[in-house]
Amino acid sequence: MSGNAFKQVGARGLILNEDLLWEKGKKGRSGMSLPESGLPPASLPAELAGTGPDWPDLSEQEVARHYTRLSTWNFGVDTGMYPLGSCTMKYNPKINEAMAALPGFAQAHPLLPAEATQGELRLLHELETYLAEIVGLKAASLQPGAGAHGELCGMLMIAAYHRHHGHRKTKVLLPDTAHGTNPASASMCGFSEVKVPLGPKGFMERSAIEKLMDDDVAGLMVTNPNTLGLFECELAEIIELVHQRGGLVYADGANLNAIMGYADLGKMGVDVVHYNVHKTLSTPHGGGGPGAGPVAVGETLLPYLPGPRVVKNGDRYEWNEDLPLSIGRMHSFYGQFRVLVRAYAYILSMGAELKKASALAVLNANYIKEKLKGTFELPFDQPCMHECVFTDAKQQPYKISTLDIAKGLIDMGFHPPTVFFPLVVSNAIMIEPTETESKEDIDAFIAAMLEIARKAESSPETLTSAPVMTKVRRLDETTAARHPRLTGDMR
Amino acid sequence: MKDIKDLNLPEGLKYDVEHEWIATAAPFRIGVSDFAQDALGDLTYVELPEVGATFAKGDEFGTLESTKSVSPLFLPVAGEITAVNEKLNDDPGLVNSDPYGEGWIVEITPSDAAQLETLMDVAAYRKHLETAGH
Repeated sequence: MSGNAFKQVGARGLILNEDLLWEKGKKGRSGMSLPESGLPPASLPAELAGTGPDWPDLSEQEVARHYTRLSTWNFGVDTGMYPLGSCTMKYNPKINEAMAALPGFAQAHPLLPAEATQGELRLLHELETYLAEIVGLKAASLQPGAGAHGELCGMLMIAAYHRHHGHRKTKVLLPDTAHGTNPASASMCGFSEVKVPLGPKGFMERSAIEKLMDDDVAGLMVTNPNTLGLFECELAEIIELVHQRGGLVYADGANLNAIMGYADLGKMGVDVVHYNVHKTLSTPHGGGGPGAGPVAVGETLLPYLPGPRVVKNGDRYEWNEDLPLSIGRMHSFYGQFRVLVRAYAYILSMGAELKKASALAVLNANYIKEKLKGTFELPFDQPCMHECVFTDAKQQPYKISTLDIAKGLIDMGFHPPTVFFPLVVSNAIMIEPTETESKEDIDAFIAAMLEIARKAESSPETLTSAPVMTKVRRLDETTAARHPRLTGDMR
Repeated sequence: MKDIKDLNLPEGLKYDVEHEWIATAAPFRIGVSDFAQDALGDLTYVELPEVGATFAKGDEFGTLESTKSVSPLFLPVAGEITAVNEKLNDDPGLVNSDPYGEGWIVEITPSDAAQLETLMDVAAYRKHLETAGH
């Protein structure tokens, strides 16, 4: 097959309708039968007695079919390519699941003492060591429960550092390209936000920091590569400027997948970085389920890491709670343990190939950028890292917008890229293929994008009406946001 | 998005580079331009300041949330908030349908009326839209 011949990937299958759980079932139906207890009945305290909620009465088969049917309406990384920029939707190897399901891990109780959980503690300790080593920092904490929580943890440590040293610092520098959660984390630590404008080449310039940096600045929050997918080329000099005036630097690790094994954040001067294990280390992504957002720190912030910390004493692992400067617990018990098991399994199964993962992620994004840049507007035409950002400027004359392009991709069998982010680019289309897509799949995606550009000219109505192949057609996002219905009618 | 020539940009208002407009006589109403509402898309939420709050020129005084993004609102001149458009709590779409009328956002008492002179008139604002690439 020639590289970019369009071949329709999306097709329709039989999709079954499915009611809500409480609209199904029949009074008295049950998924299990409990044995007779043999104990005499005892009456409940009055405050616990009553009719209670009217749970649906369902058989096991009804429940199994319910969720299986709903899953056929869905699209995930196991279904197809999911080039959602800034989210690193890479394939999650199944060995991670097998490791997390090992009974010793799956059934470990969080209240077990250290002597009964040596294996778990060893895993946590080794994972912390690996994470710190991958970014070139000193130590890590696995406690934060998600990316934004890791960000908050990092900023709490920076605030604690300044408090301990008697510094009165009130501001945090944030580039235009920052993830939206960055200003929120800074604000939760009591800092006000100072915006750093983007330079003409798509990254921050030293001169901008020279103008903004003063003794009131507690630190800089920076994502590298930034959300345009571009490497912050002047970051080392920028960090030096921040450090000279007593500020610290938090690196948002959302885009670490581009630089594993290539960039040494320690040498760059970064004081703390967070990991999105669901992005970089192939643990399952979001959906409201548990995540993990570990942080790694350099020497300066080491005493402020959350506690308690796992320490190795001889060949035994124990908990150290004697951490006078620690910001304390960020999470009950030890973080999202089984998510961390998956990240550990990924690091061990990749080994030195982690570096290759970053190399291929960058190569794949540049390949897409080069193949599409004549057809879609590329606002910053230079080598990108793991993602590339286009706009709808070349399709606008045909009244085809970023949203229409995204919806058109659904009909062709691809998850849409991130749209309307980063905000510094008007009507952005942000594509991140990750390293786990094959060349054939990437070529099929490129062909689909080129086909969309052709349709924009020849039959724009096929895009403005898309998607038509899905169970539900284009949703009215405005009404959904203005008049949300968040409850069902329980019978 | 609309072509610049199709934008509704009324005379008699002052505009700033962040696409807010302000009336030039009391009550000093403030809103966002037709360009801004068109670029943001359908608004779903408007975060309004407290009446009585004071802000410097260029301070963020609220946010506009659309199906695409959340964007800050910047005060074009320094002053005290004397009224907010409560109707936007129930119907943020007024900013889209009538950005200079029913979709006004706040009223202020400027602390320095001379600051109004630093803003653009409609001709300058139209030129800004045409040349600045926004």
